[in-house]
Amino acid sequence: MPDLVTLTGVGVSPGVGAGPVVRVVDSVPEPKQGPGTGSPEEEFAAAGAALEDVAADLEDRGRRAGGEAQHVLEAQAMMARDPDLALQIKARTDAGTNAARAAYEAFGITREMLLTLGEYFAARVTDLDDIRNRTVARLLDVPAPGIPELTEPSILVAMDLAPADTALIDKSMVLAFATQEGGPTSHTSILARNLGIPAVVGCAGVRELAPGTRVLVDGSNGKVVIDPPEELVARLAGVDEKRRAALAAVGNAPGGTSDGHAVPLLANIGGPEDVAKALEHGAEGIGLFRSELLFLDRTDAPTEQEQYGLYRQVLEAFTGRKVVVRTLDAGADKPLPFLPFGEEPNPAMGVRGLRICMQAPEILHTQLTAMARAAEGLDTELWVMAPMVADVYEARWFKEACKKAGLKAKIGTMVEIPAAALRAEHLGAVAEFFSIGSNDLTQYTFAADRQIGAVARLQDAWQPAILDLVAATTAGGQANGIPTGVCGEAAADPALACVLVGLGVNTLSMSAGALPGVRAALAAHTLDDCHQAAHAAREAVDADAARAAARACLPALEELGL
Amino acid sequence: MPEITVTLPPGVGLHARPAALFVGAAAKSSCDVTIGRPGEPGVNAKSILGVMGLGAKAGEEMVVTAEGDGADELLASLKEILETPEGGHA
Repeated sequence: MPDLVTLTGVGVSPGVGAGPVVRVVDSVPEPKQGPGTGSPEEEFAAAGAALEDVAADLEDRGRRAGGEAQHVLEAQAMMARDPDLALQIKARTDAGTNAARAAYEAFGITREMLLTLGEYFAARVTDLDDIRNRTVARLLDVPAPGIPELTEPSILVAMDLAPADTALIDKSMVLAFATQEGGPTSHTSILARNLGIPAVVGCAGVRELAPGTRVLVDGSNGKVVIDPPEELVARLAGVDEKRRAALAAVGNAPGGTSDGHAVPLLANIGGPEDVAKALEHGAEGIGLFRSELLFLDRTDAPTEQEQYGLYRQVLEAFTGRKVVVRTLDAGADKPLPFLPFGEEPNPAMGVRGLRICMQAPEILHTQLTAMARAAEGLDTELWVMAPMVADVYEARWFKEACKKAGLKAKIGTMVEIPAAALRAEHLGAVAEFFSIGSNDLTQYTFAADRQIGAVARLQDAWQPAILDLVAATTAGGQANGIPTGVCGEAAADPALACVLVGLGVNTLSMSAGALPGVRAALAAHTLDDCHQAAHAAREAVDADAARAAARACLPALEELGL
Repeated sequence: MPEITVTLPPGVGLHARPAALFVGAAAKSSCDVTIGRPGEPGVNAKSILGVMGLGAKAGEEMVVTAEGDGADELLASLKEILETPEGGHA
């Protein structure tokens, strides 16, 4: 097979699509300076009429699309009818500028303002640019930006898709999306997942693809292959079909191996807003409720009553099942304005996780009291764990704090520091369960900061040293008769999930979207397959060799496209 | 001029859907409505771009003023919108 030309982005909606490229029109010419053909009053009226047309069109598209898209499009229509924007345009038409230019400049000012507000607003900037382009196109009488009419099933390529483009997409004519910009939370990604259309975003180079070029988009691994050979398309399409069939066949059955060894599959959440997705993907409980998300992005600590309300919502959604809450995990790397611990030269190793709560015990006490009250009268199994526990002293301190707050729950510790894994047997005499945070455990074992790209090679949970520490943790847990879970990214990798089970891990917790793949991988193998894969991976000398050795023991993965 | 002070609930703050609901309700009224931080001049509450531009976050106090017919009723309904956590909106 000749070398393939492949572009790499981020796969955000799984599946495979192959076909001709259709480019979405995303640029309109910049309007020229100078006066228009009409009086200032006429120019302002023309701009107003164009904005109203655009707003009405957005609302109309919203009504036809319905659901989440309708909310997004109605908010966009509101931007087009914004009174402050109209004032900005009027100031310019009054000064003798033509309507198109006045609108263009007025949008520009708002755009700058939104950009200074940070990351969240980047998506709103895309919305705003879309309204500007539609308005200016109307005033200049040029083709409106958006998706051209599709005459055959195609791959849509764009800088980034606007909600107005995607809302009315004819699913049968779109094989896949590929965008130059955007990330997993951009509109393109969210809508692609809603529609079940494969998508790769943030893919440098797709904008240069000529219309009509045949490409293959693999939304599972983030690849865009140019001029793919037929046999590759056929093979990946077959794999994709098998993957879909396997995921559908296993449905939302409880997690476990093919020979009946149960492995409860749990979801990681940040708050009540993530509950619906967890349930939809068959989560058997919550394995990691990141309570710190309630504390971020605010100027004061949430009150006991506020926290109670949020915990209660989550616990109510999982009655009869398990919810594991991690207490506040903050520090110099995730600073909170109401906890002034100052700048640290090495925040990953400073006052973070449980260490913060040991310095400010009242914060933890409020949190634990709120949890205790939230669990009252419910038959939800509440488990509570502390982040960044290093030794037995800290595990005891945490258990005492939970008792003081009157908490009736299983009290556990996270295993993220190598010292905790190495002495898991002693820790397990105090803790009632372990939960391995594989991301931090890898960072601390390899002295490789999670944020530094240059050491990313070491940030790999397949590193045999990490597998050794997982094995040490489960052994320490078994010696004390307590269970061990994994709640980091490692649990979301279908192959590694099998290895973790082989190492003696009892439960796996991951972002909800990863549950079906892991469920299918486990269901296709026996517990013995998992043991053999774990053994083979630990025999390997590095992460790549461990991955290959384990996969060789898990033959169904390749067939399933996992 | 009638005014109220509201603490924003946990969540993303005053943008996205909560901002759209708030501005939508303000825009339906004939009153002059503003929103801003205590002690600072407010922005036009009928401007979605102005309201988003505040960058107001969860836990912050916001002052809403209204002037005109039915100002008190309007403020009561705006308070309810602002105090409903995200996800609580229908």
